[in-house]
Amino acid sequence: MPKPFTKLSAIAAPIMRANIDTDVIIRIERLVGNSIRGTLGKWAFGSLRYLPDGSENPAFILNREPYRQAEVLITGPNFGCGSSREGAVWSLQEMGIRAIIGSGFGDIFFANCFQNGILPIVVDKEIVDGLAAEVEHTQGAGRIGIDLDEQTITSPSGKQHRFEIVRADAPVSLGVSTKSR
Amino acid sequence: METHGRTMLAKIWDQHVIAHVSDDTDLLHIDRHLLHDLGGSRGLLDLKSRNLPVHNPELTFATPDHAISSAHGRAGTSKTGLELLEGLRAETSASGIAMFDIDQPGQGIVHVIGPELGLSLPGCLIVCGDSHTCTHGGLGALAFGIGASELAHVLATQALIQRRPKTMRVKFEGRMPAGVTPKDLILSLIGHVGAAGGTGYAVEYAGSAIRDMGIEGRLTICNLSIELGAKMGMIAPDEKTYEFVRGRRYAPKGEMWERALAAWRKLPSDADAEFDREVTIDVAKIIPQVTWGISPEHVIGVDGRIPDPSEISDPARRSAVETALDYMGLKAGALIMGTPVDWVFIGSCTNSRMSDLRAAAAIARGRKVAPGVRAWVVPGSETVKREAVAEGLDKLFVDAGFEWREPGCSMCLAANGEMLAPGQRSVSTSNRNFIGRQGPRARIHLASPAMAAAAAISGAIADVRTMER
Repeated sequence: MPKPFTKLSAIAAPIMRANIDTDVIIRIERLVGNSIRGTLGKWAFGSLRYLPDGSENPAFILNREPYRQAEVLITGPNFGCGSSREGAVWSLQEMGIRAIIGSGFGDIFFANCFQNGILPIVVDKEIVDGLAAEVEHTQGAGRIGIDLDEQTITSPSGKQHRFEIVRADAPVSLGVSTKSR
Repeated sequence: METHGRTMLAKIWDQHVIAHVSDDTDLLHIDRHLLHDLGGSRGLLDLKSRNLPVHNPELTFATPDHAISSAHGRAGTSKTGLELLEGLRAETSASGIAMFDIDQPGQGIVHVIGPELGLSLPGCLIVCGDSHTCTHGGLGALAFGIGASELAHVLATQALIQRRPKTMRVKFEGRMPAGVTPKDLILSLIGHVGAAGGTGYAVEYAGSAIRDMGIEGRLTICNLSIELGAKMGMIAPDEKTYEFVRGRRYAPKGEMWERALAAWRKLPSDADAEFDREVTIDVAKIIPQVTWGISPEHVIGVDGRIPDPSEISDPARRSAVETALDYMGLKAGALIMGTPVDWVFIGSCTNSRMSDLRAAAAIARGRKVAPGVRAWVVPGSETVKREAVAEGLDKLFVDAGFEWREPGCSMCLAANGEMLAPGQRSVSTSNRNFIGRQGPRARIHLASPAMAAAAAISGAIADVRTMER
């Protein structure tokens, strides 16, 4: 089981291209089999991370220091769109990612993150772009702070942004819905 | 007090609420759970390792589709693919779950067999560990894809906590022009609202073009909901729906049929229901569509030109277009028509039903696949295969130089070793043109079955309207 997410201060890597889909995060051929957990970390972002000859692509951000140590991804619109494969989340987790910040995520990927203790954070695009710019300005050295209880992100320069999240410990009531829409 | 009418989503959702979790989140009862070879046996083994029984095996149905080869005799299925198949057989049998096995009527792509067997019914809540589960919404079901954790949860409890989505209605109004198919309508919509345009919404498709459309076309429309970001897509059931469902193997019979019908007639959204977002598409203006990039939103009319990234102001989108052109080996501003292709794939949960095969056959009849092009036809199910063979479509395709394959997902996602060589280009009737989807560095153009057949004959992306007879 992953450790509970409370607070984090970590290196963050901006991956800002729109529509990074779950096929790009992990190719299906890595997911065929019943014993794949624990094998996926090195295959995350395979098509971006490795050149056709199998060597590392030096142009890809997660192959560069200090981004190799990233525990947070700052992502472009619609990150995780596409397939329901939970292997996409598992592969990110196995490479050390603990939180993903973006203006919107694929709905199924978003739900799968919570199932595995990865925190997907939705904030306005301007905030995402601002965080990416600050991180790039510090060449990746500036850390992003995340406090789940307080529901805040702190940028490398100390700007604080609030985010919303549904509490998993909300009380459950038995009954019939009366909502009309 | 209700001040306005209710949407179909609200009606079906409310009928399935077991408990409220929070303002917008409920615990829902699941009516049908479909399993396939890629995730089914893993989920069942997961339960076994935790000493949990399957809560409702009689509401759970399985078939192999993803990882099996589509070659005759299933030759070439990988060792791991065979293990997944054996695992699915053993674990469904141990849990008392019906499985539709290879060569049996009922086997096929989960989203083809659900409607075919009468498992997918109006008003049903259907889940499956596959994002294209939205397909079943074409019959007026509430259907969506789930991940492995939720899959195990449904096996163990037959229930799932879900956040209620916002509602979006897309009206397709007008008559489809010649050469235009349901696939072109939905691709055109994705181009219009973007691959995230439906994120967070359940989409209801309506309008005269949907009312005029057959059930298989409606399944194609709903199938691509996830490609516009919507986990759920649906179409109000009508007389065509009831006629389609009537008499199918698992459909209600006799007295139960009459009761079901009375309930289904109450499902369509009320006339005064309000949606969070409304989009109207003029169908008469749509021409056959083809994708040029690495997202289904990268789509143009077949007579169009490939976009120029220098004209896009948003940096994330510009970067995506630049990456797409580089990956696809295409030039900004060039015509898409005439782009040479190596492969044509007709199949997948999007377009592998009888109407799809007939549309492709109408173009292929009496013609030949261009030299140097490999063209596959992979029927969506054993039942589709048998019906197509009875109509002589297999022979028609083979005579024209296509390869006629066994039912399954095949080259749509290449989980079965069926893929393009690096750098090769396909026209495909499937649903995703993502990087690497049909194999490392494979280049995919999504289009309708008729457009795919036209490309196979022409050896290049072609306008089907010049080839229709």
